[in-house]
Amino acid sequence: MNIVVCIKRVPATDSRIKIGADGTSIDPAQIEWIISPYDEFAVEAALQMKEAAGGGEVTILTLGPAESTKELRTCLAMGADKAVLLKDADASSRDATATAALLAEAIGDLNADLVLCGKQAIDRDQGQVGTLLAAKLGLPCVTEIRKLEITDGKANVERAGEDGTSETYNVALPAVLTCTKGLNEPRYASLKGIMMAKKKPIDERDVSAADGALQLASLELPPPRRDGRIVGEGVEAVPELVRLLREEAKVL
Amino acid sequence: MGSFKGLDFLHIDDLLSEEEIMVRTMTRDFVSDAVMPVIEDAYENAYFPRDLIGQVGELGMLGANLPEKYGCAGLGPVAYGLICQELERGDSGLRSFVSVQGSLAMWPIFAYGTEEQKMKWLPGMAKGELIGCFGLTEPDHGSDPGGMITRAKKDGNEWVLNGAKMWITNGTIADVAVVWAQTDDKIQGFLVEKGMKGFTAPEQKRKFSLRASVTSELVFDDVRVPEANRLPGVAGLKGPLGCLTQARYGIAWGGIGAAMACFDEALQYTKGREQFGKPLAGFQLMQQNFAEMLTEITKAQLVAWRLGKLKEDGKIRPQHVSFAKRNNIKMALDVARTCRDMLGANGITAEYQAMRHMCNLESVYTYEGTHNIHTLILGQDVTGIAAFG
Ligand SMILES: Cc1cc2nc3c(=O)[nH]c(=O)nc-3n(C[C@H](O)[C@H](O)[C@H](O)COP(=O)(O)OP(=O)(O)OC[C@H]3O[C@@H](n4cnc5c(N)ncnc54)[C@H](O)[C@@H]3O)c2cc1C
Repeated sequence: MNIVVCIKRVPATDSRIKIGADGTSIDPAQIEWIISPYDEFAVEAALQMKEAAGGGEVTILTLGPAESTKELRTCLAMGADKAVLLKDADASSRDATATAALLAEAIGDLNADLVLCGKQAIDRDQGQVGTLLAAKLGLPCVTEIRKLEITDGKANVERAGEDGTSETYNVALPAVLTCTKGLNEPRYASLKGIMMAKKKPIDERDVSAADGALQLASLELPPPRRDGRIVGEGVEAVPELVRLLREEAKVL
Repeated sequence: MGSFKGLDFLHIDDLLSEEEIMVRTMTRDFVSDAVMPVIEDAYENAYFPRDLIGQVGELGMLGANLPEKYGCAGLGPVAYGLICQELERGDSGLRSFVSVQGSLAMWPIFAYGTEEQKMKWLPGMAKGELIGCFGLTEPDHGSDPGGMITRAKKDGNEWVLNGAKMWITNGTIADVAVVWAQTDDKIQGFLVEKGMKGFTAPEQKRKFSLRASVTSELVFDDVRVPEANRLPGVAGLKGPLGCLTQARYGIAWGGIGAAMACFDEALQYTKGREQFGKPLAGFQLMQQNFAEMLTEITKAQLVAWRLGKLKEDGKIRPQHVSFAKRNNIKMALDVARTCRDMLGANGITAEYQAMRHMCNLESVYTYEGTHNIHTLILGQDVTGIAAFG
């Protein structure tokens, strides 16, 4: 089975974000970059399927800046076979529609039996690419899967439904699945894996895309957190606290 | 406390390869996820967290710089050093385990052993299925191992060992001990196996340092060791000293990890805690501490990196390693002590890391050649005059 996993290079969760000079992107200086954590579930799932099947090929695909080789190399060190980097000069402003179109074009050549994505990239949290990609490819899509098994050429997947229910689907392949927490525990790249990754191929391609239909107009940091307020002390303060939580904060 | 942030003031990362950074990132993540949650309890209750052995083995951290032929990862010196650095960011006990297994037990088998010995031991040791230790120090011979009294006498096709070793890391849990003993004419190395008659390895308790590490006595009472268990590739004190050069190399990197852990903790702590109406980090005396520590850690990083390159280029001398071990461990101990102070009363508790690192580093300062001994090694190198005796 040929599995393609789409990943994205994103700022580490604990990075302190600063807005760049253009006012619409984050300043890349001093930021630590990682594979978006939901994408790691997708990589792990692909590797587990390959191991269970005792064969097949796992290809990692990303659209991003040239530096994304670092994240691709990490996936190769985890055990993926090869990688494709679509070098995007405007990675920071690329919108989801254009991203999905470029990924779909690349997947066209890769003969994928299965395409896995994270449910969302943790930089912009839009969660659009997986579903748009499925639409572009004309493939069925199940989002936010937390269990995955392949039997008789079909994917059996489970996702959380409404009110704590579990939905299980049988999906004909090829398909696009987006992965969420609970699916697995992503492995570390072992040292042998890291040494082997050096010899695995990364196919770097320059891509260009038409200007997206939407453009980011501005990007702002959240206002600084306001100081806490002490409502009172002990049990006597509880009614007032409840009132404030209900009426002011509107969280109850 | 937020997640650990390493220090890279002079962009030393630019000197590292992508692969070396990947090794560091992986080890750092592993330490955050698997070591930090268990280490405090292990330290407080004085046990080595043995669950970690299989994990570091699976990741390839045991004998990581030895060749793939023996089930190892074949890493370069800088990547290997970075592993030691990151493991010691967690705890010197874990780094000690890895140093002893890789540099003091696997390395001599690799460097001085027969092909049969290598195939018998190395693959299992790389996985962490077999554990090794290194017995050089004796109760009455520490800094002067040449005076050792442990004896091996040839008897037919066997050697009969008598004597005792002390302060042996991993001793009690080891499947194989690389033991250095005086034969009729020279010091030689022997692979003493767990369960050999007359061989016992009681644990030494009541330590205030390296509590999450096993330290043991090795006692040999007419232990009969087959000739096939002698390491034929070396004779004399240069055998054990060769191993120590390997281990000290990793230790020089390890100290940086412990220092960065303390620095990071003190920085977060003093930014968060207010006295006299402002964060502690805003006081000049605190900032002086940070400026000093930043400088010393950065210098140590450059020393370690340069040492790695010398090793890579085959230009390294044991004196270079002494220089780095001496400088970097003194640096780490000073940083840990300073950070311990900066945390005030909290600094003496198990809630924080500084005191644990500080206590650990007292051992690291002493083992693998004490600070004084490295001073004398450098003194001899400069003057040409030995001042040991
Ligand atoms: C936790 C721990 C783990 C260890 N693990 C191992 C192990 O796995 N295997 C192993 O073989 N050993 C191990 N050791 C032993 C360690 O290597 C020795 O403790 C060390 O070499 C010092 O020897 P000593 O303790 O006998 O001190 P001594 O040699 O008695 O030294 C005491 C003091 O005198 C100083 N001194 C000695 N000679 C001179 C001199 N000529 N000039 C000036 N000062 C001098 C020393 O610097 C030191 O300050 C371990 C030790 C510890 C604490």
